Amino acid sequence: MDFLRPASWEEALAAKAEHPTAVPIAGGTDVMVEINFDHRRPEYLLDLNRVGELTDWEVGEDSVRLGASVPYTHIMEHLRGELPGLALASHTVASPQIRNRGGVGGNLGTASPAGDAHPALLAAGAEVEVESVRGSRRIPIDEFYTGVKRNALAADELIRAVHVKKADGPQQYSKVGTRNAMVIAVCAFGLALHPETRTVRTGIGSAAPTPVRAKAAEEFLNAALEEGGFWDNGKIITPSVAKQFADLCAASCNPIDDVRGTASYRRHAVGIMARRTLTWTWESYRGTAATTEGAA
Amino acid sequence: MSTPNGTPTKLTQGAPTKGGIGESTLRPDGTLKVTGEFAYSSDMWHEDMLWGQILRSTVAHAEIVSIDTSEALALPGVYAVMTYDDLPTEVKNYGLEIQDTPVLAHGKVRHHGEPVAIVAADHPETARRAAAKIKVEYRELPVITDEASATAPDAILVHENRDDHHIGHVPHPNIVHRQPIVRGDARRAAERADFVVKGEYTFGMQDQAFLGPESGLAVPDEDGGVHLYIATQWLHSDLRQIAPVLGLPERKVRMTLSGVGGAFGGREDLSMQIHACLLALRTGKPVKIVYNRFESFFGHVHRHPAKLYYEHGATRDGKLTHVKCRIVLDGGAYASASPAVVGNASSLSIGPYVVDDVDIEAIALYTNNPPCGAMRGFGAVQACFAYEAQMDKLADAVGMDRVEFRQLNAMEQGTIMPTGQPVDSPAPVAELLRRVKAMPLPPERQWESSQGSDVRQLPGGLSNTTHGEGVVRGVGYAVGIKNVGFSEGFDDYSTAKVRMEVIGGEPVATVHTAMAEVGQGGVTVHAQIARTELGVAQVTIHPADTQVGSAGSTSASRQTYVTGGAVKNSCELVREKVLEIGRRKFGSYHPAWATAELLLEGGKVVTDGGEVLADLAEVLEGESVEVEAEWRHRPTEAFDLRTGQGFGHVQYSFAAHRAVVEVDTELGLVKVIELACAQDVGKALNPLSVVGQIQGGTIQGLGVAVMEEIIVDPVTAKVRNPSFTDYLIPTILDTPTIPVDVLELADDHAPYGLRGIGEAPTLSSTPAVLAAIRNATGLELNRTPVRPEHLTGT
Amino acid sequence: MRVNFTVNGRPQEADDVWEGESLLYVLRERLGLPGSKNACEQGECGSCTVRLDGVPVCSCLVAAGQVEGREVVTVEGLADYAKERACGHRSPEGQDSQTGEGTELAPIQQAFIDAGAVQCGFCTPGLLVAADEMLERNPNPSDADIREALSGNLCRCTGYEKIMDAVRLAAARQGEAV
Repeated sequence: MDFLRPASWEEALAAKAEHPTAVPIAGGTDVMVEINFDHRRPEYLLDLNRVGELTDWEVGEDSVRLGASVPYTHIMEHLRGELPGLALASHTVASPQIRNRGGVGGNLGTASPAGDAHPALLAAGAEVEVESVRGSRRIPIDEFYTGVKRNALAADELIRAVHVKKADGPQQYSKVGTRNAMVIAVCAFGLALHPETRTVRTGIGSAAPTPVRAKAAEEFLNAALEEGGFWDNGKIITPSVAKQFADLCAASCNPIDDVRGTASYRRHAVGIMARRTLTWTWESYRGTAATTEGAA
Repeated sequence: MSTPNGTPTKLTQGAPTKGGIGESTLRPDGTLKVTGEFAYSSDMWHEDMLWGQILRSTVAHAEIVSIDTSEALALPGVYAVMTYDDLPTEVKNYGLEIQDTPVLAHGKVRHHGEPVAIVAADHPETARRAAAKIKVEYRELPVITDEASATAPDAILVHENRDDHHIGHVPHPNIVHRQPIVRGDARRAAERADFVVKGEYTFGMQDQAFLGPESGLAVPDEDGGVHLYIATQWLHSDLRQIAPVLGLPERKVRMTLSGVGGAFGGREDLSMQIHACLLALRTGKPVKIVYNRFESFFGHVHRHPAKLYYEHGATRDGKLTHVKCRIVLDGGAYASASPAVVGNASSLSIGPYVVDDVDIEAIALYTNNPPCGAMRGFGAVQACFAYEAQMDKLADAVGMDRVEFRQLNAMEQGTIMPTGQPVDSPAPVAELLRRVKAMPLPPERQWESSQGSDVRQLPGGLSNTTHGEGVVRGVGYAVGIKNVGFSEGFDDYSTAKVRMEVIGGEPVATVHTAMAEVGQGGVTVHAQIARTELGVAQVTIHPADTQVGSAGSTSASRQTYVTGGAVKNSCELVREKVLEIGRRKFGSYHPAWATAELLLEGGKVVTDGGEVLADLAEVLEGESVEVEAEWRHRPTEAFDLRTGQGFGHVQYSFAAHRAVVEVDTELGLVKVIELACAQDVGKALNPLSVVGQIQGGTIQGLGVAVMEEIIVDPVTAKVRNPSFTDYLIPTILDTPTIPVDVLELADDHAPYGLRGIGEAPTLSSTPAVLAAIRNATGLELNRTPVRPEHLTGT
Repeated sequence: MRVNFTVNGRPQEADDVWEGESLLYVLRERLGLPGSKNACEQGECGSCTVRLDGVPVCSCLVAAGQVEGREVVTVEGLADYAKERACGHRSPEGQDSQTGEGTELAPIQQAFIDAGAVQCGFCTPGLLVAADEMLERNPNPSDADIREALSGNLCRCTGYEKIMDAVRLAAARQGEAV
């Protein structure tokens, strides 16, 4: 094994170009487990800790450019306003110690369906900025996950940042685990209301081979909200609409039975989380809308 | 060879107060443990030491066709590779009671993760790479995984040619041991029952999950022997099993207890001990072996999973008429402590209740599942889960309050056990229930605050699954009975060497035992006993090793009772000798030396009237006194193999719990809000430690109620979750407040009237949590741990 | 490879480090600092918690090569670290805190002993580092705050009640001292 220690982003890209099998390591919270348990012996480890810019973030007009290694703790503490869904998801990641080291780049690189950030990114809308010596590109989050623990990265590419749309409405995130802390998702659900476009987006984790959106559920809800004039009248969403949304979310899962839970439980739980997060976000939207109206 | 880093040192502790029994003195090893200086077995280090690695079977049941170690041996940095063929003597098996466990697999593997070969190399990674280069060819065999497959007429025998002392009375060679208990006439008594409830219960496989993985350092000695620094629960039991396999007399195998990172039964059996010694003797170099967590799940036995079949009956006025039960414990591939677990499960199977007519049977199976053996509660845990569920069901059938129903049937001093043994010390079962019930209930909806819902106080916790939706509270009660000490005629004794001398003008007592301090606080209590009996402030605790006689196992809630009893006894013998010296030196100056009852107190010899006769420093000037003596509790006897009758147990221990839970009934997630416990401890030698033991045991019971289970694939018999990612134990966010009410009713048979305490709280906590979840959900829930899919019917 | 970094205020150099070694292994097996514990080596127990540039991390998940030039505080240096924090400065040389001998205990260490929060003690070093850092950030934690901050540290002996007592005790003593 060789340990590559690039001091800059350019050096990192050069190293990855020279050694495409090199495994990037930043927070170490995935890679080191595999090494410690003898599951993986990469030829090269490519340490990204010395590339300082990876822990920076910039808040832009429409989106936040989040460096790949910004620790979850910082997302929780500093980006709760701009990225509320991702901040909630970050809070569910493993333990405080892990949240101090791990970042979204690692979740994306590993592309495990159980990665906590994915449903929040899918719901908010995001693009992954990847780069190689050949150049830089942005991969829409919906095209990023290509299979179980597979993503759209080329062998010589590294994840530099993720551009996440700033919240224009309430967002929520829920995750089911069989412990009240430090637990890997049995399944997870992210939901974001986008009042500007009058759309709803979702993200589901650990209930299909990849993180997925419940597109049929989104389309149903978008239509139902539009039809009922809900975005304008701020009425409570009728239980039948919430139930159908939840059922469609559950139906969009393609889960398996494993040691963490059964497939049927996962489908069931996604439905419950969908209904609850819809209720929470919609109540919050109504509250905000009411306040705005009152102020006007 | 030189002494390795991490060799334990003596712990000397003074006390600002009298520091005797009954006080909450602090741990003598506390400072070392909070500064990181306390050396655990994995911290041992020796110049030039090698690292050992074990190659384990990748399948559960197979014939070994061939093993090729040549590539491994050729790897630079590798010093030795050993298989069964390299074992030095004719003795190639070991075991606690039955020597059925091969040191390295011979011709066959019987469970997933069985040791097949061992390697020593100069770096752990080299050792791992070498182990990976050993080629083992297996021819797989069908797996035996449950009672049906084990006892089928054409079942493959897990062990052919059994010659152990149980084979004569078991109905099938795949049954390790069977213990029936028959008393009265359950069939006729059932006719008197107005209400009968039946139930089938399943108890999952729990792991001890002690935090310090198996580890140790073996250092070859100049005389051809070996010195093993090891974390274990019983040094002398290890020694008895290790020495014959090495072909060495016991005196050439020196054992020193290294720091032990928890045990809970998981260190009763050997793990890496023999492997490290073999490699050290083969290479002539010190060899350290440290399991990682993955390997630890394969490296020790687990709590027996069980199927339990119960029938209870009661009259209209709520009196129990009879109990019939059958308990099937899965012992896995090797016997370990299965026979004794069977004895406990059967003899304690009806709980702390009065029932004159019982028909009980407990068996342990041989299967190809992971070997199971000792874990805190030892057979009594599984039974308690089932009989307490039955008691709730029956109370409901009769139409009585569940606590009152238990109190009505509760045993008391003088009650006759199903084994015919009278309970001859206090048994405050009804009182313990009264106490937990009387505690104030925690307030409702504690998650609500001015800022909204605090998810940390809700089911799901940080995962933000509910803000109160679907959450229902439930309350449940349970009580249990556990035996203390080794039972069924075992010669259960301990040895203590106590020395008294003057150092720097001050009298100092040194206590030397082989007791394994695994965290329970035995060292604290030994110092307290010495202060009480010898009237000194300064006590030195000598490291535990095999230079002193056996202290028995740190198991069965027995150490304070038995090794504590031995320390007390040796102190009394030392005191007599000190007084003899005093009489010799000073007897002529004061008649009280000859006539009064004399005590040692505050560093002085005093009369029972309080008159000071001499300073201990004067008495002991130029002299020292040392006594090494064995001490045993009153004898027990074996249970009759047909009727189960016999004076089998030394002492009983009782605890009761009340659980308050909040269940998210839609998602099936549970938050335990409070687990109140009341326990009779006889006499709290150290109240702080007593409460710590009760709280710790309580939470291990919570773990197996809602999350802990080793999942074994029913088709392959392979372990599916050997890691802390998927074998979950409670975090601090899963644990509730644990108010403890300690009752002290002396047992006149025991030293200071004390009662063993470590295990009882692990029994009743699980059924109390399950009862509370049933109360919240209305579901029957006949298995533990209960998982979200069970609570949501998905 | 060779790795240079600072541990408990002292510069350290580790040689012949295998590239797959963790910071935990280097501390324990190469630098004679076994206080940080190896209970799971997968970031699921917190027993190996150290501060890396001030931040609590699982040292089992930090590759040795990643600590080049950085500062690590382990349980062995906790007493000095707490003392320096109380004095408001860092001693220029760094003290010999390899053994902890002769050093006073940090308030959190004393509280763990006094409250009976130590049984087998294997989780204790990691809990101390995590709890000390929490009290640095949040001197008056609620019970829920304590539970959240320590939710990455498993303990199998105590049931956590006495650990809660210890942290409350340390917080109270800290409050009195101010």
